[in-house]
Amino acid sequence: MNHLSEEQLILFHYDEAEERGGLEGHLASCSLCRSRLEDLERDLELFRSSPVPERPEDYGQRVWMRLRPRLMEPPGSAWTWLFSPPRWVPAAALALLIVGAFLAGRFVGPGNPAPAPIPPQARERILLMAVGRHLERSQMVLVELANTESKGPVDISAERNIARDLVDENRLYRQTEARAGEAGVADVLDDLERVLIEIANGPSKISSTQLDEIQRRIEAKGIIFKIRVIGSQVQAREKSVARQSSGGTT
Amino acid sequence: MNRMEDSDASVVTQVLAGDRDAYRILVERHSRAIFRLAFRMTGNEQDAEDVVQETLLRAYRRLNRFESRSTFSTWLYRIAVNCSVDFSRKRRHEDDRQVACEREADDPVLSVPSTDPSAERLMMSAEVREKVEATMNTLSEKERAAFVLRHFEGQSIEEIARALGVKANAAKNNIFRAVQKLRRALEPVVG
Repeated sequence: MNHLSEEQLILFHYDEAEERGGLEGHLASCSLCRSRLEDLERDLELFRSSPVPERPEDYGQRVWMRLRPRLMEPPGSAWTWLFSPPRWVPAAALALLIVGAFLAGRFVGPGNPAPAPIPPQARERILLMAVGRHLERSQMVLVELANTESKGPVDISAERNIARDLVDENRLYRQTEARAGEAGVADVLDDLERVLIEIANGPSKISSTQLDEIQRRIEAKGIIFKIRVIGSQVQAREKSVARQSSGGTT
Repeated sequence: MNRMEDSDASVVTQVLAGDRDAYRILVERHSRAIFRLAFRMTGNEQDAEDVVQETLLRAYRRLNRFESRSTFSTWLYRIAVNCSVDFSRKRRHEDDRQVACEREADDPVLSVPSTDPSAERLMMSAEVREKVEATMNTLSEKERAAFVLRHFEGQSIEEIARALGVKANAAKNNIFRAVQKLRRALEPVVG
């Protein structure tokens, strides 16, 4: 028998080797492989001994005390939290700001003084924050669907409703990013839009085969990964604009 | 019947039937394990605390999707792994300098209460410990999750595959890659 590969040794160490008897036989007769196994075990022991902070005995009770007030909805209301006031207040405020600025510009009469325009950096920051939030919500829908396991029919009406909301937002952001010359972000939003449309236009109850198909499409496009990447980029841009704004005002 | 003796699956049934407070049993039963997993995944005590809360909240809200063909803890681990990945990403976006300061002030390794320090812990030099932490951070999310679930939580390849939503071979390969990367990184330190 040839010497054992590192992969075989790893599987043996974790008691996952299928041909364990054969490996044991080889190890009994091969001092080199025994020595390599000992080295592996020594290395892995170093990782095992890196400690985790202790939690108190009543940790579970403490977690429950903090958690319980948040369990207002019955199980299954998976999406109510996306629409809860704390998460929506900033978005709504931003939307009002944008709409307000638009209306102010549109309806200023000749006798009325024009309000001060929103500085370009502030506008860009508002857009980036809104896009970031949109990506976060889209990601949650896709992750939820990608992680759902089922053998029978699945009710995805909650995800479908959110997808419907997100489709219109997505179109707006995609067009805005394309106009701003952000082709990379616009392309990902385009991919995202196709998936969202498919979910939004599909049935609210789907079979496990249909769920598999949705999951396959999500995975094939690598859409969750792309969203996370551009989400990071958008966040970085937003921070950079914020820094420039604060630098400009001091 | 003593509620604490109920199986996870039967508690889930009670919660879904409207007994919200029965969820407390699952919270008390699994919080510590989730914290351990989250800490291994994020390397940050505060993030691990947040992951515990978020995992249990997400699990509650998706409870009607839990199917007893996998164990509740495997299902919960899957949610915890996803939450940990999310928190790690958020952490990476934060101001590097601020994070560095926080870590220095609240080093999870150094702040561990050592009521019963093992010989290994005492022997572990600061250099190796630092290397271990740094190397864990170089693993991909799946490699880190697979390694943590196998090495620290003792989960089988099949359970890990379910938790990560990948095939068994992919889970195996993630473990191989993780172990290989970790060993290569330790070579200069341990010889």
